Amino acid sequence: MSAQNLHALELSAVTKTFTMHLQGGLRLPVLRDVGFTVASGQCVALTGPSGTGKSSVLKLIYGNYRCDEGRILVRTGDAVVDVASASPRQILSVRQTSLGYVTQFLRAVPRVSALDIVAEPLVTKGVARETAIARATDMLRRFNVPERLWSLPPATFSGGEQQRINIARGLLPEHPILLLDEPTASLDAKNRAVVIDIVHERKRQGAAIVTIVHDEDVRDAIADFAIDVSHFASAA
Amino acid sequence: MSVTQAEQPLLTADGLTKYYGRQLGCRDASFELYEGEVIAVVGESGSGKSTLLQLLSGQSEPSAGRILYRLRDGSTTDLWSMSEPMRRLLFRTDWGFVHQDPQLGLRMGVSAGGNVGERLMAVGWRHYGDIRAVASDWLGRVEIPENRIDDTPRTYSGGMRQRLQIARNLVTSPRLIFMDEPTGGLDVSVQARLLDLLRRIVSEMGLAAVVVTHDLAVARLLSNRIMVMKGGAVIEAGLTDQVLDDPHEPYTQLLVSSILPA
Repeated sequence: MSAQNLHALELSAVTKTFTMHLQGGLRLPVLRDVGFTVASGQCVALTGPSGTGKSSVLKLIYGNYRCDEGRILVRTGDAVVDVASASPRQILSVRQTSLGYVTQFLRAVPRVSALDIVAEPLVTKGVARETAIARATDMLRRFNVPERLWSLPPATFSGGEQQRINIARGLLPEHPILLLDEPTASLDAKNRAVVIDIVHERKRQGAAIVTIVHDEDVRDAIADFAIDVSHFASAA
Repeated sequence: MSVTQAEQPLLTADGLTKYYGRQLGCRDASFELYEGEVIAVVGESGSGKSTLLQLLSGQSEPSAGRILYRLRDGSTTDLWSMSEPMRRLLFRTDWGFVHQDPQLGLRMGVSAGGNVGERLMAVGWRHYGDIRAVASDWLGRVEIPENRIDDTPRTYSGGMRQRLQIARNLVTSPRLIFMDEPTGGLDVSVQARLLDLLRRIVSEMGLAAVVVTHDLAVARLLSNRIMVMKGGAVIEAGLTDQVLDDPHEPYTQLLVSSILPA
């Protein structure tokens, strides 16, 4: 197998410009000619000052932002899908099976318990409910979320607790491609170490990971190489 | 909301157009809906979203265009070339319609159990004990206490009525459900409960749904895909999070930026 075939993720000539119609059609070029590849088992850190478009790169890969030009090839099973041109159905299917995206913010669903929120992506994937709940339980325990909180909706939890719920949810399904946007931002040292451990596990399992981490210690611990996104900043 | 990989769409809208006299209601709407998929139709009052829902659900006949539906036997049929009795049977069994106003979807003088049981009787159920058992099970699933089964919806709160309407619609295990502002007119706390319930049931039953709403938060929570309507036309469509987080059309940008943060 050639090295080419090992890439889990490949971006080439990706360009993104926002057009703000409410500001008289102001055009805001964000990214130009983004290109990089990530192989299975590799972790890439996106770096650069705030506002250079690091999060936009992750959102483009996830299909959350629409790509103006270029290709975003995502390996899913034996197939490769170009997220930049895929249909909504294809993108949903890729997200369900292959592509995980973890942000610092939990989009809490009213009335749903923390345990169910964490287990949900597994259930959606077709894992039996009892198994999903059991694995979600392990994950919450690992992230030191007190057991008395499991049955409660996280809307009233502290910022750090909500973030741990969200990371647990994002890391549980073991997607072969993971996008992590500041996964350790408001965590204490103990829980940061848990994230680092899990990222190492996922890498050993062959996951390809793209991450944004400001904490240099964490970045050094998990990333194999860094890409400075300011190289792709559009000359506005 | 799982994405099943069924090859053929369940429902296909092809160039749906509706004029009320010379007044345009909806122009050239085309899309495909697959099993297990939830699509939201958003837009302001008068944008044509309710007209589109009426067309899709067969309540009004399009001036132009057609609706194709895949039946349980796998064959695809044109809704308006079916015979009237066949179409009515389809509405009673395979489809559901949740009105914004539960009074339109319920029989207010009939007990809750009767409201749910009626749909079963319409598809041939006759055994009273079975009907009551299933009705009671469904009331439980929509969180209505069992001891309220013999009360009429007149004695129910708005949120309970809406949940009862949902039970009545889902008891025949339809494959497709239409919802017109299902949480409109309810208190915020009641809305949250209903949304959570809808989300869970839709995902458990693998239902396809078309949800008309003016509330973008409802669309985000319930739907996989979204269509934005303005002046009778679909102006932007795609993945729900994509359209809401990276809107391209001026009107969609206005809609998204007009939400007051809570």
